[in-house]
Amino acid sequence: MMKECVVSEERSGAKILVESLVKQGVEVVFGYPGGAVLPIYDALFGDERLRHILVRHEAGAAHAAEGYARSTGKPGVVLVTSGPGATNAVTGIADAFLDSIPLVIITGQVPTALIGSDAFQEADTVGISRHCTKHNYLVKDPADLAATVDEAFQIATTGRPGPVLIDIPKDVQIASAVWSDAAAQRRVRYAPRTQGTSEEIAQAVAMIAEARAPVFYTGGGVINSGPRATALLRELQAKTGAPVTSTLMGLGAFPADSADWLGMLGMHGTYEANMSMNQADLIICVGARFDDRVTGRLDAFAPNSQKIHIDIDRSSINKTVRVDLPIVGDCGQVLEQILEGWGERKAKDLSGWKKRIDTWRERDSLSFPANANAIMPQLAVQRLFELTRDKDPIISTEVGQHQMWAAQHFHFFGPNKWLTSGGLGTMGYGLPAAIGAQLGNPDSLVIDIAGDASIQMNIQELGTATQYRLPVKVFILNNEWMGMVRQWQELTYESRYSNSYSDSLPDFVKLAEAYGWKGIRIENESELDAGIQAMIDYPGPVIVDCLVAKESNCFPMIPSGAAHTEMMLYGDEVAGTMDDEAKALV
Amino acid sequence: MMHITHEAEERHVLTITVDNEAGILAKIAGLFTARGYNIDSLTVADITENHAVSRITIVTHGPPSQIDQIHAQLERLVPVHKVVDLTEIGPYVQRELALIKVAGAGEKRVEALRIADIFRAKPVDTTTESFIFELTGAPDKIDTFVAIMRELGLVEVGRTGVVGMIRGTKEA
Repeated sequence: MMKECVVSEERSGAKILVESLVKQGVEVVFGYPGGAVLPIYDALFGDERLRHILVRHEAGAAHAAEGYARSTGKPGVVLVTSGPGATNAVTGIADAFLDSIPLVIITGQVPTALIGSDAFQEADTVGISRHCTKHNYLVKDPADLAATVDEAFQIATTGRPGPVLIDIPKDVQIASAVWSDAAAQRRVRYAPRTQGTSEEIAQAVAMIAEARAPVFYTGGGVINSGPRATALLRELQAKTGAPVTSTLMGLGAFPADSADWLGMLGMHGTYEANMSMNQADLIICVGARFDDRVTGRLDAFAPNSQKIHIDIDRSSINKTVRVDLPIVGDCGQVLEQILEGWGERKAKDLSGWKKRIDTWRERDSLSFPANANAIMPQLAVQRLFELTRDKDPIISTEVGQHQMWAAQHFHFFGPNKWLTSGGLGTMGYGLPAAIGAQLGNPDSLVIDIAGDASIQMNIQELGTATQYRLPVKVFILNNEWMGMVRQWQELTYESRYSNSYSDSLPDFVKLAEAYGWKGIRIENESELDAGIQAMIDYPGPVIVDCLVAKESNCFPMIPSGAAHTEMMLYGDEVAGTMDDEAKALV
Repeated sequence: MMHITHEAEERHVLTITVDNEAGILAKIAGLFTARGYNIDSLTVADITENHAVSRITIVTHGPPSQIDQIHAQLERLVPVHKVVDLTEIGPYVQRELALIKVAGAGEKRVEALRIADIFRAKPVDTTTESFIFELTGAPDKIDTFVAIMRELGLVEVGRTGVVGMIRGTKEA
């Protein structure tokens, strides 16, 4: 009898995997079947508990899972086959690694006995993904699966979030092991530090209280920490009065309609944000990492400031910029500690500092010239923002000029509304990310602000949205160029436009219709508002092909190798060339 | 014209305790190549009765800011339990073992044996025309011995790389 009881609890590796995912609260899996995952797909067949979204390319699966994760705060789950299935997903995995997005990726692998034999569709997935995952596993026994999945979700979602990959050979999916409904036995080996010490907090409070020209420099860590961190940031800002700037990844943590909002900083940030960073006497960095796109020339970065750096990842501290007070911990928890330490203290009078900031604001660095003949892309984004504002939309982007114009001219008021590939800068991110976001937020208006070149990189995912009746909108700023490449060539290579023209573009309206989407073309400024409104009003998926001024540049811009004070604004004279040191920077 | 410049560098000995699981050595060695760090030597063996934990000693060199990053990046790996920078917290003992094959005859052969005795190198294999010496010591002692043997008929050298441990009663 006993023996029978044990046998009845034996399940295949594939079934154990499915049970383990369900136990983690997974609702959606983004995937694509293939030979080495057939047992898992069979276990999924008819299982109502997991909704499988069939993408059209594995890169789409990973980006869709990212969009789902960024917009919901829950981990995204990917299921792909061995070899090309896994390698196709690698770009999305690397993207999630650089932007700290929680993903769990399940890859099939050839049977254990064939590993290393150059078998059909074999790739060293664990080796290939080693440096673009937070952690990865090759599971060789179905008895290890439940505990592995459990630990993978813990690692992906806690500390600094990131992608975790589980490679499962086909024989391990088929072989059975005893499965128990009890909680998996988790090894205690991953316990990130989440709180600052009382000394660190006291010092931070004292530094903020003393500062005459403080700035909050916030990043994706505030978003990743959860909505509570956003609320605490706003509370601390209100108590201290310090103005706030944010990285590309952190947009939405602080409301863009606040009088103390400086806009985004960095290469395409506002004049007031970058000048404030340069002139500040205290920079309070919350969940950002002094990325090269933010700092500009390092030896000229914020030269007269003290710096506090709150980050959950110790390796982010002193990586490029030395700071005076590092606090390793979760943004939300540390902000709460600082608020507690601040108590009923009165803020210093910062009116002198804010007057200086106002003089920088007067430069109106996001202004752009009017154009009677073509729609300025910045204007298109502004109108898109104004007309969708009351719907609190979720915006994804591809990568390039349109992404920066979206960051500058679309404004955000809450977290998890802005999905963009920051660290890796992956063209083709936006459409699948919008699909993932729409699945996680079925009632939201989800718009991918795209460029004519980027959108083609994962255009096949139009079919995924059609299949699952997802009403995502793609708004293409079509200037017939790889705009950012063309801009750099104009500014640094004397306008030698080497391979940056988008030749042979498809007719995006017909393409939309071919996939069962609605297609709208906007050619003149007079059609802009009506076109956007028609997009919003249509209940299904829409591509808007918005033809914009072809050679607009994205300003302001800090050229690579330059300091924050050396911003180029619209109408500045541009030499059209750069020295080799500057060219060598990315 | 643009030229590549270099910063001043330091040598550091790090010990790393890790879960003894598949791929951990590749993870650590790969981290060094992926991020452009240097490995001068790397040794690894499991150190617990149940073979669950391994200890790795890495000798590296780089600018101080890079050494700090190496420490932080290693700690970021999930299977890494502890990273100790022996050079930073010292004083510490470092030892490596070398096998040195020397061939020759006549006066050179006698001289090789005499110098081996001074260095307390032990002959572990002998033919009428050669020795293999076993020598344990700090890396510079082995460097010196090998340099002398080069003049006396050195054939080949094998070195284990450094293992290190903090001095005194406590675990680092």
